[in-house]
Amino acid sequence: MAVVFKRPEALRDAAFHYCPGCTHGVAHRLIAECIDELGIAERTVGVCPVGCSVFAYNYFDIDMYEAAHGRAPAVATGAKRVHPGNIVFTYQGDGDLASIGAAEIVHAAARGEKITVIFINNAIYGMTGGQMAPTTLVGQKTTTSPFGRDPERCGFPIRISEMLSTLDGAAYIERASLHDVPNIIKAKKAIKKAFETQIAAKGFSLVELLSACPTNWGLSPVEAVRWLKENMIPQYPLGVFKEVG
Amino acid sequence: MAKVLMKGNEAIAEAAVRAGCRFFFGYPITPQNQIPEYMSKRLPEVGGTFLQSESEIAAINMVYGAAGAGARVMTSSSSPGISLKQEGISYIACAQLPCVIVNMVRSGPGLGGILPTQGDYFQAVKGGGHGDYRLVVYAPCSVQEAADCVMRAFDVADMYRIPVMILGDGNIGQMMEPVEFREPEKRELPPKSWAATGHAKGEKKSLINSLYIEIEEMNAVMNEFKEKYRRIKENETRYEEFMTDDAEICIVAYGTTARVAKSAIMKARKENGIRAGLIRPVTLWPFPEDAIAKAAEKCGAFLVAEMNLGQMVEDVRLAVNGKRPVRFIGATGGQIHTPAMITDELKRIEEEI
Repeated sequence: MAVVFKRPEALRDAAFHYCPGCTHGVAHRLIAECIDELGIAERTVGVCPVGCSVFAYNYFDIDMYEAAHGRAPAVATGAKRVHPGNIVFTYQGDGDLASIGAAEIVHAAARGEKITVIFINNAIYGMTGGQMAPTTLVGQKTTTSPFGRDPERCGFPIRISEMLSTLDGAAYIERASLHDVPNIIKAKKAIKKAFETQIAAKGFSLVELLSACPTNWGLSPVEAVRWLKENMIPQYPLGVFKEVG
Repeated sequence: MAKVLMKGNEAIAEAAVRAGCRFFFGYPITPQNQIPEYMSKRLPEVGGTFLQSESEIAAINMVYGAAGAGARVMTSSSSPGISLKQEGISYIACAQLPCVIVNMVRSGPGLGGILPTQGDYFQAVKGGGHGDYRLVVYAPCSVQEAADCVMRAFDVADMYRIPVMILGDGNIGQMMEPVEFREPEKRELPPKSWAATGHAKGEKKSLINSLYIEIEEMNAVMNEFKEKYRRIKENETRYEEFMTDDAEICIVAYGTTARVAKSAIMKARKENGIRAGLIRPVTLWPFPEDAIAKAAEKCGAFLVAEMNLGQMVEDVRLAVNGKRPVRFIGATGGQIHTPAMITDELKRIEEEI
């Protein structure tokens, strides 16, 4: 019997701890499929800092680092500089990357560090229970913005892909979404392109993935992807923001 | 090899290169800038990598990445910068990554000043970052000893998978002295099979980790640390004894202060007939508590001299365990004791005891 669908080899046979309807599992699978298809598993090293995905080392069947909150780009820099032939990626949430780790991501991009960043933007802190993130939408209710994010007091959401694309060291930056199948297919192409950018040593690459957090958004999985499509995409338009030939 | 005249900071950098350090990540701060400056020029000559990071926080996390990849790696900073590195040092300690961290201590707290003090003793030997861990801490008192300690530090770090700190001060870093780069004693170092270098399908994968969410897992790691720290105490404690054989008063001092203490001892013996001696810890952790406890059996009193308000004195009191009086003489703000300050204190102790 022909096998038409199976677990990617770069993923272990382990059940995800993620909530029902969370798109971390989809993102993990896409990364693993790209690692398999590019044949780079034995030279790929992942760095997962604090956040829901800190346990990603339980799922990826490759060498991994757990890292301090926000510091994955610095850890990846150290790992990549020692073994330039390795493919090093970080997997960071919005609180991690756009708040506490803002300096590390900007400077890794500015240096043109030859690493790949998978940036999960779900507009909320997931692991700590739904607090306001730097990417939380204006008016969005969270446990620390119970009346909705008020820009007068809390400022505005940060568009990371647009911001980093202004840096000369960034070679490939795309924002994709995981809310439906056509977009998931596009997201995979973006991830593959980002890894290829690193393999070709062109510079820094980042894929921002708009992701659903039904648990902390207080929505069902179906409602959550609809909310993402209707509310997040207008704030965070999809597309390629930087591509160095 | 012939001796060369070098600044302490430069000798530390050169010693690191000779010990096989090929990666350096750092951020500028006075009074240690000669270390990154030297490394930026020297490392490319030996195929190494120097990177000026965006912050001390980034630098220590780059160290985490490079050490986890199996490299010999170093960072350096001074007091306020070392505070910023503490989160990373705690992670490095828990992930059991070997590396060398240099702290050329300045005055403080806060931004303080750029003159030498010993105000970071507590931070260096009692943890600094969060959690239950230790660093091996070397406190050299000369340019030569700084070079020797750095070369040994890389071996000790690799041998025990532990971060090692070189605790100098602005004085040790800025003064020039003759130095000879000497190979440390040969050690059988374990292979870095744990490093995240990339592994093929079917091979055991490496995980550089400081997260242990289950009680049993975290407890197992802490037990491993307990045993490791016991072995380090047993094998790596280093100190110098100076004229302690017949000493009535035993001075305990390290680094810059120990140099002054030696002058004071010679002066007190010659001019005042006071038989003083010195125990100089070279490792502040592990602390030479046995040597001090032994001295407490025959010396009448102890005098601890530090360039701070009294930090190591607490460890001396623990080692002396109430058997003898332990007095303290501090110098702060960037002042260095004069030999006369110490001999005057020796005279007072001699009169009172």
